[in-house]
Amino acid sequence: MHSPKPNPETRAGDDWPSELYRILKAADVGQMSYVPDAGHSQLIRLFSADRDVTTNVLTTEEEGIAIAAGAWLGGQRSVLLMQSSGVGNCINMLSLSAIGRFPLLMLVTMRGEWAEFNPWQVPMSRATQPSLEAIGLKVMRAETAEDLVETVEAAAALAYDSDQQIAVLIGQRLIGKKKW
Amino acid sequence: MSNASQLDRRAAVAALLKNRKDTLVVSGLGSPTYDLHSVGDHDGNFYLWGAMGGGALIGLGLAQAQPGKRVLALTGDGEQLMGLGGLATIGVARPRNLDIVVIDNQHFGETGMQASHTGRGVDLTAIAVACGFAATGTARTIEEVKRLATEIAGPADGPRLFVIKVLAENPPRSLPSRDAVFIKNRFRAHLGFAAA
Repeated sequence: MHSPKPNPETRAGDDWPSELYRILKAADVGQMSYVPDAGHSQLIRLFSADRDVTTNVLTTEEEGIAIAAGAWLGGQRSVLLMQSSGVGNCINMLSLSAIGRFPLLMLVTMRGEWAEFNPWQVPMSRATQPSLEAIGLKVMRAETAEDLVETVEAAAALAYDSDQQIAVLIGQRLIGKKKW
Repeated sequence: MSNASQLDRRAAVAALLKNRKDTLVVSGLGSPTYDLHSVGDHDGNFYLWGAMGGGALIGLGLAQAQPGKRVLALTGDGEQLMGLGGLATIGVARPRNLDIVVIDNQHFGETGMQASHTGRGVDLTAIAVACGFAATGTARTIEEVKRLATEIAGPADGPRLFVIKVLAENPPRSLPSRDAVFIKNRFRAHLGFAAA
């Protein structure tokens, strides 16, 4: 982050997880659940170090949908982090959020759509947005750091203040190519 | 494997909840929801009619949001088997105010009484132990259920999972509201939160 960059936008891009953390804290998020993902690693670290936020590591993504509903029943706001392959695990559990009009905010890093090395990620990548929309979620998408920060801020307000169920898809181009 | 019981599920749930006080209860879809409602409707009940596998995890989110309240996830063997991974998540989260009680008839009662995994040797209490739960147990008689009700009223060092083995039967359904928004808003109002 301290190395010279060609323009300020790139620098902002490096910082988007910190910006998302700041926004989610400002939105009074008290619980975070996640299935580990490289794109979310910094956000996971920030939340895990925060004593005011309860963090749950999941064995599969749909657990986080149920936890978020329970959190809301108990008066807390919850955010769920996953990658697009995990969306496929969530579909039936998302009926809970849809039928109960439970506020839901999912941040989904995309796989299988940009410089992907693993062809097995591609089918679920194609199915991510259509399947989320089919079960009733609103899908918002961001391709740049600036757009992402603004989108998550708007999505958090829509979810928690207007009882909406929202997945923000974080384009794989924004995450960068996976290095081995 | 024959480890079934002759215990009536409605009598068991009634004995379990006789002195629930301010316990918050989430019931899993199918018979546990009907069982919970048969004891008497309650603003602190959240009934599932779907979201199979989610009962105990809704309980986790609720327990974490309300650490001062005792939370009971009342579910069936079929529903909990679908959420086995959730037991690992709950074991790691280690809430001290969450109990899972599985009303176990060893069958998938909603779909024609096919034998479930628990009737074929899978032991949910052993899985809970392996996941780090603080206490587990199995009740097969009404006396054992009454003892269990007393035990879960006391403090815990972490999440607990108890199995109540019951007769495989479908008693007449006792149907709560299917309007999830209504049940949600009623539950939140019970805790003092404004309805949406």
